[in-house]
Amino acid sequence: MISQLFILSSKGDHLIYKDFRGEAGIDVVSVFYEKVTALPGDQPPVVMSHKDLHYVHIRQGGLYWVATTTQDSSPFTIIEFLNRLAALVKDYCGSLSEKSVQMNFALIYELLDEVVDYGYVQTTSSDVLKNFIQTEAVSSKPFSLFDLSNVGLFGAETQQSKVAPSSAATRPIQSSREQGGKSQIFVDVIERLSVVIGSNGVVMKADVEGEIRVKCYMPSCSEMRIGLNEEFSIGKSQLRGYGAAVRVDECSFHQAVRLDEFDNHRILRLCPSQGEQTVMQYQLSDDLPTPPPFRLFPTIERDNGGRLLIYLKLRCDLPPKSATINVSVSVPVPKGCVSFSQELSSPEQSCELKPQNRSVVWTVPRCTGGTQLSAVFKLEVPGLSSASMLEVGPVGLTFELPKVTATGLQIRFLRLSPVQPGPSQRWVRYVTHSDSYIVRI
Amino acid sequence: MEEEEEEEEEEEKRKCCGVLSVVIMPYLGSEDTVRELRRALTNPNVQSDLLRYRNTILKVIRAMSQGVDVSSLFSEMVKACATVDVVQKKLVYVFLCSYATLNPELSLLVINTLRKDCQDPNPMVRSLALRNMTNLRLPSLVEYVEQPLTAGLRDRAACVRRVAVLGWAKLYNLQTHSDIDAAVVNELYSLLRDTDPVVMVNCLRALDEILKEEGGVAINKPIAHHLLNRLKECDIWGQCEVLRILQRYRPQSEDELFDILSLLDASLVSPHPPVMAATLSLFLSLCPALPTVTLAALERVRAPLLATCGSASREMMFAAICHIQLLLRSLPGLMGAHYKRFFCGYAEPAYIKQRKMQVLMELVNDDNVAMILDELKGYCTDVNTDTSQAAISAIGRIGRSYSDRCLEILTGLLGLKQDHITSAVVQTMRDLVWVCPQCSDTVCLAVEGCEETLQDSQGRQALLWLLGVYGERVSSAPYTLEVFIDGVRSETSLGVKMELLTATVRVLLCRPAETQDMLGRLLHYCIEEETNMSVRDQALLYYRLLHCGIEETRKVLQGRRSDPSLGVLIGRPAEPVGQWACSFNTLAPLKQVAVETESTSRGSPEHVTFDRKPNTDLSDTLNCGQDETVHSGSDPDVLPPSPVVPLSLSLSPALSPAEFERLWLQRPHVLSEQDSVKTEEEEDYLCMEERVRCPEILHCSTQSLQAAMQLVNIQMLAFTLLFHTNRSRLGKYGLVSTKLTLHLQDVSPQYDCTGNHRRPRASSLLRLLLARSPATMSGALNPGSDTVHGHGRRLAEMSFTTA
Repeated sequence: MISQLFILSSKGDHLIYKDFRGEAGIDVVSVFYEKVTALPGDQPPVVMSHKDLHYVHIRQGGLYWVATTTQDSSPFTIIEFLNRLAALVKDYCGSLSEKSVQMNFALIYELLDEVVDYGYVQTTSSDVLKNFIQTEAVSSKPFSLFDLSNVGLFGAETQQSKVAPSSAATRPIQSSREQGGKSQIFVDVIERLSVVIGSNGVVMKADVEGEIRVKCYMPSCSEMRIGLNEEFSIGKSQLRGYGAAVRVDECSFHQAVRLDEFDNHRILRLCPSQGEQTVMQYQLSDDLPTPPPFRLFPTIERDNGGRLLIYLKLRCDLPPKSATINVSVSVPVPKGCVSFSQELSSPEQSCELKPQNRSVVWTVPRCTGGTQLSAVFKLEVPGLSSASMLEVGPVGLTFELPKVTATGLQIRFLRLSPVQPGPSQRWVRYVTHSDSYIVRI
Repeated sequence: MEEEEEEEEEEEKRKCCGVLSVVIMPYLGSEDTVRELRRALTNPNVQSDLLRYRNTILKVIRAMSQGVDVSSLFSEMVKACATVDVVQKKLVYVFLCSYATLNPELSLLVINTLRKDCQDPNPMVRSLALRNMTNLRLPSLVEYVEQPLTAGLRDRAACVRRVAVLGWAKLYNLQTHSDIDAAVVNELYSLLRDTDPVVMVNCLRALDEILKEEGGVAINKPIAHHLLNRLKECDIWGQCEVLRILQRYRPQSEDELFDILSLLDASLVSPHPPVMAATLSLFLSLCPALPTVTLAALERVRAPLLATCGSASREMMFAAICHIQLLLRSLPGLMGAHYKRFFCGYAEPAYIKQRKMQVLMELVNDDNVAMILDELKGYCTDVNTDTSQAAISAIGRIGRSYSDRCLEILTGLLGLKQDHITSAVVQTMRDLVWVCPQCSDTVCLAVEGCEETLQDSQGRQALLWLLGVYGERVSSAPYTLEVFIDGVRSETSLGVKMELLTATVRVLLCRPAETQDMLGRLLHYCIEEETNMSVRDQALLYYRLLHCGIEETRKVLQGRRSDPSLGVLIGRPAEPVGQWACSFNTLAPLKQVAVETESTSRGSPEHVTFDRKPNTDLSDTLNCGQDETVHSGSDPDVLPPSPVVPLSLSLSPALSPAEFERLWLQRPHVLSEQDSVKTEEEEDYLCMEERVRCPEILHCSTQSLQAAMQLVNIQMLAFTLLFHTNRSRLGKYGLVSTKLTLHLQDVSPQYDCTGNHRRPRASSLLRLLLARSPATMSGALNPGSDTVHGHGRRLAEMSFTTA
C-alpha cells in the first residue's frame, strides 16, 4: 500500500506529488529531501523512516522516485512498482529525464490516477492503460539536422536508412497512433558482464546477467515468434559435446510468453503489449564460452626521482571483426598524488586524474578485437613509500560491446503473425555492457 | 531599483503567459501568477477555445505541483469541470482533489457535475467521476456519494466496479465512527466472485480496511480455494495481495495444506521478486510446524533470490541481499557455494557493498576463505572510507576463525600509513585480541609506530588500550605514551584522555622505571589543570589508588586481557526460522543497521563508552531492558504494564542516579544472598538473582535469549527460565525468574552500587568494575552533568575509604 508518491529532481525540485490516502501532509517531501541531503556518501539507503512514515525510493533517470508506506509492506513490491512506473513514464514520454517529466506532468498525473487507486496498484499493463490515457506526450527532442541525414537525395534509399538511428527507440509509444508513425518493433539482447581477474591473470569470477527486451510500437500485434539459437541449453547437465552450444545456468520468462515450441525449437511465442517489456532473463556464472574481452598487463615501478611509473598494456581478446566502444580504465592511485604525465598510444585516447576518486581514468573511444593498447603514467606522489604501491589497487574497466553477446545467444528470426499490413520494421540489437570488470594488480 | 526589477519580472511573466510554452513560473511573485491565471480562466475568449482553455488549466496544475498556492482559483476551476473534454476533466479533477478540503462549500458545486457524469454512457467517464467523487475526502459529501457508489458496484463495466469497490473503503475511512453497512459488506463479499480479477482483489483490499477492527477480511475455506484457483488470472500486484491475505487462512487438514503448497510451488520460483517473496512469506506462515517443508521452500527460493541479487535495479538487488541475510540466520550454509555472487561490483554504491561484505563474512568456510579474503583485501583501499573500514572489520571478524591469514592482511594494511585505514585496523586488532589471545604477539609487533598515522579518537583509544594491556610486550609503549602525554593539553577527546590515564597506570605496573615520571606529569596535569570533571575524577582515583600501594593497584587494574570464551561462542547457533519469519518481506530487514560490523567491536571491554551507537539489531530479539531488571525490586504496580511483545534489550537505559539509588536501596535482600560470592575478590563474575518481569508470551527460545544477551556481553552459565503464572496479581504478565550470571564487562554501570549502609559490598563491586574497565565505569557515571558527576566521585572516594 502506497500512501504518497512523489518524484523529485536531483536538486530537490518537486516534479510530481500525489497523495493517495490523505494520511500525511505535503511536508513529507521536504523531510525526505532533508534526509537525503543530510547523508554523506553517494546514495542514501533505499528505506528511510521519519516518525511512522517509511520512505522507499529508487533512482532512475537522475530522479528520485519516492513512495511513502507502512512498515509491513513488501519492499519487493514497492521497489518493483516504482521501477515499473519509471518504465511506464519512459514508454509514454519517450525518455526519462527531469525535462521530460516536467513537460509531461499532466500525462504522468493521468497515468498515476489510472495505475494506483487509494494506494493500491490497479494495473501497470500498457495494454490496459492505452484505453484510458488521453493526454499526448510532449516530446523534448529538439529539431536536429542530424535526423535529416538519413533521408537520401530525392527520398532515395540510402545505405544509412537500413540502420535504425539510435534515437528510434526513445519516442513515446502513443505518438504512433496519431502521427501514423512507423510500426516498429525492437528486440534487444542485453547482457551485463561482471568479471574479476586475479593478479596472476586467472579469471576468478565471470558472471553474465542477460535479458531479452522487446519494445513494441505496434498498435496491434497478435503474435510474435522469437527464435533463439537451436543449440541453446539451460543448466549444466544438458551440455552437448562439441559445437557452438550456447548455455545458461538459469532462465526465466515473462508470464505472457508461451513456451510450447521452446523445448523442441527454441522458439518464444508472445503477444507483445505496447511499450517495453523484458521477455526473458538468464544468468550464466563462471563458464563463459569465450575468453573475457580484455586482459590487462600492469607493471608498477618507482623511478629514481621518487615518481611512480605505471605501465599498462591492454589487450582486447575479441575476434578481429568486432570492437568495443567507450572503454574507460580506472586505476586507483596513491592518495597524495598531485600531478601526472602520460604517454598514450594514439591521439584519440585521453587520460585524466580524478583526485576525488583518487584515480587515473584512461578513456579509449574505440578498440577493435585483437589489438593491444599501451599507456604509461608517471605520477608525482610526495612522500612516496614502498607501501604506496599497495594503494594502486584493483583496476576497473567499463566498456560497451555492440553487436556481441558474451554467452553467444543469437536471435535466429523474428516473425510477426499475421503479417502486418503496411510497412513494419523489425530490429534486433545486441549489446554487452560491463557491469563490473575488475582486474587485480 | 527593486521596483524596476519587479516590473521587469512582471513584464517578462506576461510574455511567458501569452505563449503556450513550458516556461517554469518563478516561485516568487506567486500572487501575480495566480492573478494572471484567474484572468485567463475567466476570459470568455479562452473559455470558448478548447485548446487554450486546456492549456490555461495545465498552467494552473503546473503552478500547483511547483508549490504555488493556487487554491484561490477553486471556483474558476469548478466551472471548468463542466466540459466534454476528458483530458480537461482529468486535469481539473487533479486540482479539485488537492484543494477540496480547503473549500468544502464550493466543493458542493462539483458534486452535481460528478453525479451527472456517473450516468454518462462512456464507462471511462463514469469511473473517472466515481473515483474523484470519493477522492475529494469531504465527510459532508458522503450522503451524495453513497447512491452512485451503490450503483457503481453493479455497473456493467469492470473499470467502474473496480473504482466503486475501493470507493467504499475510502468512504468508510472518512467516517470511521459510523456503523458498517452490512448490506455493503455482503455485496463486497459476493463481488469476490466477480469475473474481473482486479475487482476481486480490490474487494479483498476494501473489506480488509472496512473490517479492520474485526481483524480484516475473513477467509474461510471456500473463499481461500476460490482465491487460489484464480491466482493465475491476476497480475503480479494482485497475486501479491492475494498471497498476503491468504496468510490468515489456516488449512483444516494436512492434505489440504499440501494441496495448497503444491499449487503455490510455481509462484515460489516466479521471476517476479514480489510474487516470489510473497509466496515464501505465505509458506512460512502456513507451515511453521513442518520444518522440512520450510527448509525445502528456502532451498527452492535460492535460485530466484540469487537472480534478484543480479538485478539491474540496485534497489531491488539491495532488497534481495537484505533478505538473504535473513535466510542465512537459519541456514548459514545456504549460499556457501555461491559466494562469488556477493563480490562487490566496481561501481556499486557503498550501501550495497557493505551489505555484500556482511553476507561474505557469513559465507566463509575452509574452501573459500582464501578467495573471500583476497576479495575483501581489494575493498580495503576503496576510495569510500566507510567501505574500506567495513572491509577491514570484516577481515577482523573472519580473523576469529582464520587468524593467521587475516593478521597478515591487516598488518600489511598498516604499511599504507593512511589514517582511516590505520584507525580501522587498530580497532579491529584490539577486538581480535580480545577474542583470540594467540594473536597478541603479531599485534604487539604491528602496533609499534602506528601512532604517527592515527588521527581519530576511536583509533587512538584502541591503540592506547592495546598499549596499556600489552605494555610489557610492546617495547616502545612508554615512549608512545609519552608522546600522548606531552600532547595532552591540546587533546580534545575525552575518551582518549581517560584511556591514556588507564594505559599509563597499567604500563607503570609492568615498567615502572620508564613510566613513573611521565605518569606523575600526567596526573598533575589532570588533577590541577584539566577542566573536565570525569578526567579529573579518574586521575584522582588513580592517585589515591597508588597511595594504597602497588599491589592494591595491580589488583584493581590488571584484569583479564582477553576473553577466549567469547571466541568459542562466535558461531551463533542457527536460529529457528520462526525467529525472522514475521519480518520477512517487510521493510524491517532493509532498515537494520549493520549488524556484524558493529558487533565486531563488542568483544572489547572498553569500547563504546561515550558514543555507543544505538544497537537496533537487537530490538526484535529481546526486550527486557536492563532498566527493567533494576526496576524489578520495586513494587510491580508502579510499573506501567508494557505490552511490548517482541523482547529487546535496551543498551543505554535512561536512569537517573537518584532513581537508581532509590531502587538500589529497595532491594538489599536480593544481594545479601550473594555476599559470599562477591567478597571474593578474584571472582570474575557477579551472581545475581533477578526477577525480570516480562510478558508471559515469551516466544523467543532460551537460545535466542542467550544469543541476544551475548551480544551485550552477558554470558549465562546457568540459565533457567521459570514461568510462574501469577494471574491473580499480574494479570497477563508472568513472573520470570532468571538466574543470570552477569559478566561485568560492559554492563557495569547499571549494576554497581551506591548506598552508604552497604559499603563493604559497594567497594568490592566497585573494585571489580574498576578492574574490568575504569573508563567504562566512570564514563558512564559521568555523562557530564554535575549531579551525576558528584555521584561518581562519591563512589570513587567511598571505595577508598573502605578499601
